[in-house]
Amino acid sequence: MSILVVMEQRAVQGPPAWSRMSWETLAAGQQLGRELQQPVSAAVLGQGIESLAAELTDKKLEHVYAVEHDLLKDYTPDTYTAAVRQLVEKTQAAIVIFPHTYQVRDFLPKLATALSRVAVSDVVAHRVEDIKLVLVRQLFQGKLNVDVRFTGDPPYFASLQAGAYRADTIEAGSAAVEKFSPQLTPSRTTPLELFREAQRAVDLTAAEIIVSVGRGIKEADNIPIVQKLADALGAELAASRPICDSGWLPMERQVGSSGQTVAPKMYLAVGISGAIQHLVGMKGSKTIVAINKDANAPIFEVADYGIVGDLFQVVPALIEEIKKAKA
Amino acid sequence: MKIIVCIKQVPARDSQLRVASSGAWIQDADLSYEINEPDAYALEEGLQLKEKHGGEVVVLCAGPARAAQTIREALAKGADRAIHIEEEDLGAFDPLGAARLLAAAIAPEKPDLVLTGLQSDDLGYGQTGVILAELLGLPHATIIMQVEKHDGSIRVKRELEDGWFQHVEMPLPALLTIQSGINKLRYATLMGIKKAKNKEIRNATASGLGVSSAAPSIQLSRVYLPGRSKQTQLFDGPPKEAAAKLVEKLKFEARVI
Repeated sequence: MSILVVMEQRAVQGPPAWSRMSWETLAAGQQLGRELQQPVSAAVLGQGIESLAAELTDKKLEHVYAVEHDLLKDYTPDTYTAAVRQLVEKTQAAIVIFPHTYQVRDFLPKLATALSRVAVSDVVAHRVEDIKLVLVRQLFQGKLNVDVRFTGDPPYFASLQAGAYRADTIEAGSAAVEKFSPQLTPSRTTPLELFREAQRAVDLTAAEIIVSVGRGIKEADNIPIVQKLADALGAELAASRPICDSGWLPMERQVGSSGQTVAPKMYLAVGISGAIQHLVGMKGSKTIVAINKDANAPIFEVADYGIVGDLFQVVPALIEEIKKAKA
Repeated sequence: MKIIVCIKQVPARDSQLRVASSGAWIQDADLSYEINEPDAYALEEGLQLKEKHGGEVVVLCAGPARAAQTIREALAKGADRAIHIEEEDLGAFDPLGAARLLAAAIAPEKPDLVLTGLQSDDLGYGQTGVILAELLGLPHATIIMQVEKHDGSIRVKRELEDGWFQHVEMPLPALLTIQSGINKLRYATLMGIKKAKNKEIRNATASGLGVSSAAPSIQLSRVYLPGRSKQTQLFDGPPKEAAAKLVEKLKFEARVI
């Protein structure tokens, strides 16, 4: 029985570099190893990844697997699934964990299915009960949590949500790099270049105060209500994804996993329920204020201050009070 | 081009959710339901591809009898026909089991393209599409923001983190999971609603498809409200009063005004 942590690297600009979430997953793997008394190994896949693999040799790990192949240079679901599958079969790992990245979302369910398993995706916490693993994940966009148990035989697969584990708890040690060359055939999908859309005109990361608006605003014609609040505070206006999807504000004002990650002095969320995709983009803000009609909205889990109420009544009152306070 | 769009019916977004006394799921008796939002975008993408390239859009939905309402709405928007896998207790199936149900209904249709939303708003595994691709032996790509059809192949725009994208090409048949915001959703027209009444909804069952919910690999054991990571100071009362209290805190405690 052992635990395998599959780290993620990507060559976006320049040579391959770690996805930061990989370190959180490594920390989680070590924690599981201590709690379940199982040895922990880590793997990195790609081409030209020797120096990345070498960075793992001073961590407390049983093995460091450098999974190298020309066909792993650019990510494809076919080649990554085949490579990880062969590594899992070789190592006989009982628990295989991944960071919950867009890439992992693209191939982990395929891998688990190929082995007639179900991966538990987007895990936020875990505990061990009677030497059995219980994973916690979110339901209904973060409104509820659920405990999940594996009922069949290992290997068990899980992906861990960004920020769920702390990378600074990684234990030092020493491990040797072991090369693993999987047998691969070319992918059916052809990945082309990575690109970004036109340069962002709005740099939300530079803003000291952000007023951000979500679905609660109901329609495009109501956007000026929050614009006035932003003006009163001298803030930048931002939004959650659905607002930008609907074209009510430009995409460059989107905060969240697919938009910008911000950490201003104050983040005022208006009518935003707080799905995890949004929270990961703003939970590092120094002071978080939420206005929402639903007292159980997940945004209140991260808010320092909040008003439960109708934003169409609260926001005008708030603008008035801010003007008074600034006068 | 024959396109199958998988849709799911989920509790409406602004539902007040309460945990059932069993602790195993939510109280679902009084909830209202709607199409899973990313699936609505997948349906719209299917309809637009059909309008551009011709063919047929078939809607596939697994769910209890009440899901028929969501299926009718999809037909009213322009889907040609539907398959309803009527299953009262879909919760008994794990994600692999649920995908096996869908795959069994899809395989004999031999579609050129299968579309799903990238995740469901209720369980949120974000896995059904990718599992389906593996079960059906199809190439796939996830979190898609654009689809271009070429001769026998497609070129798609995949969303990545931090504002990055990637184009990916693949042969047809293929499966894509669609991201919200890829297109602009249409409303059903009166004519569409009328026409939908005469469109075919074929009913299927798990046993008819030869799929059972036995021996799931994972089990949901307890549903509960998440704990708060921060102590939130909540201000209530009339809006004016609450706003005044909040501003005072922001000025003198947080010192951000």
